[in-house]
Amino acid sequence: MSEPIDAAARGPAQAVEPRAAATASTRDVTVSPHGAREAAARVVQVQKSLMTHNDGVAAANREAFRGSLVLNVVSSPGSGKTALLERTVRDLAGELSVAIVVGDLETDNDAERLHAAGAPSVQIVTGTVCHLEAEMVARAVEQLDLDGLDVLVIENVGNLVCPAAWDLGEDLRVTLLSVTEGEDKPLKYPRIFKDADAVVINKVDIAEAVGFDRARALDSVRRVAPGARVFELSARTGEGVGAWLDFLRERRVAKAAAHDAAARG
Amino acid sequence: MHEFSLVMSMIDLAEKAARADGARRITRLRLEIGALAGVVPEALEFAFDGARVGTMAEDAALEVTYLPAIAYCATCQSEFELDNRFGIAVCPACDVPSADLRQGRELTLASLEVDG
Repeated sequence: MSEPIDAAARGPAQAVEPRAAATASTRDVTVSPHGAREAAARVVQVQKSLMTHNDGVAAANREAFRGSLVLNVVSSPGSGKTALLERTVRDLAGELSVAIVVGDLETDNDAERLHAAGAPSVQIVTGTVCHLEAEMVARAVEQLDLDGLDVLVIENVGNLVCPAAWDLGEDLRVTLLSVTEGEDKPLKYPRIFKDADAVVINKVDIAEAVGFDRARALDSVRRVAPGARVFELSARTGEGVGAWLDFLRERRVAKAAAHDAAARG
Repeated sequence: MHEFSLVMSMIDLAEKAARADGARRITRLRLEIGALAGVVPEALEFAFDGARVGTMAEDAALEVTYLPAIAYCATCQSEFELDNRFGIAVCPACDVPSADLRQGRELTLASLEVDG
């Protein structure tokens, strides 16, 4: 082995370099102790959103969805997203074709419920991921026939924080709030309400029993999301659902018309 | 804990930019986060500590600049900074609510310091 001889030969030279570099490194703790690297240290401008990749896939999704109206439905767990969609699918049966992509950490219970209601449904099991990303949706819709589909609903993972930043390629962001959750929810989770095109207040049938302060809730929504359409309904009893369905009908017609106009160039 | 997904995107963008510049190592990442981006600083740092292992940014410092939320008032045709953390945008001059958010959602990798 030549190791001991090598070490002895290099010893003095090596001992000098770290000392010299040590003086330089006091200027900036992150600078490497190696002189050559230090000389090459430089700034690289990037100026790119962390969502760049996701937004690219979302744009491709939007292209693939063509004339279908696409909703991204978000809420905390248990607000009644699936119940609202079951009601929506049943009430629109024979009038509009609806397909659903639903995300949950585990189980395909929701997809089964929605399938039973009459909509082709694909479950995305996210495992530990707390939100849906555009790529997950792109893979899921491969299992659906998008041709001539009127409405595609993406039911996001129940979470009022994480899904907010991810564009999935939707036309409308719908945020649900149920009367049991507290009237100030929009103030506590501003981003997801601020980006909503529509806010649905669900479970109004039990509002009185739980002491729901309607005026205060509406005020919270209006202050955070002044541009959002607001629907007060009960997915369970059907109260107020008519206005919600009319909204979907109206937006679907608008989307199909915009798509046709763009296709004609 | 979506911060982990964000940090993975950030490191991916950073490594691509660093490689394109011929760098071997990333020593600093400069990130800009809007007040309404929904990012928890502690969660971001925790995620970064885990995600950087084995990457070009393994020894990098993470420098985060927080940007205030700014909205546009159509009535007086000027921008104003939100005075609360609730995303409530009411023009202080006109007392009119605004849905036109001009800044506050940013999640931007601004620049890197590299060497090698």
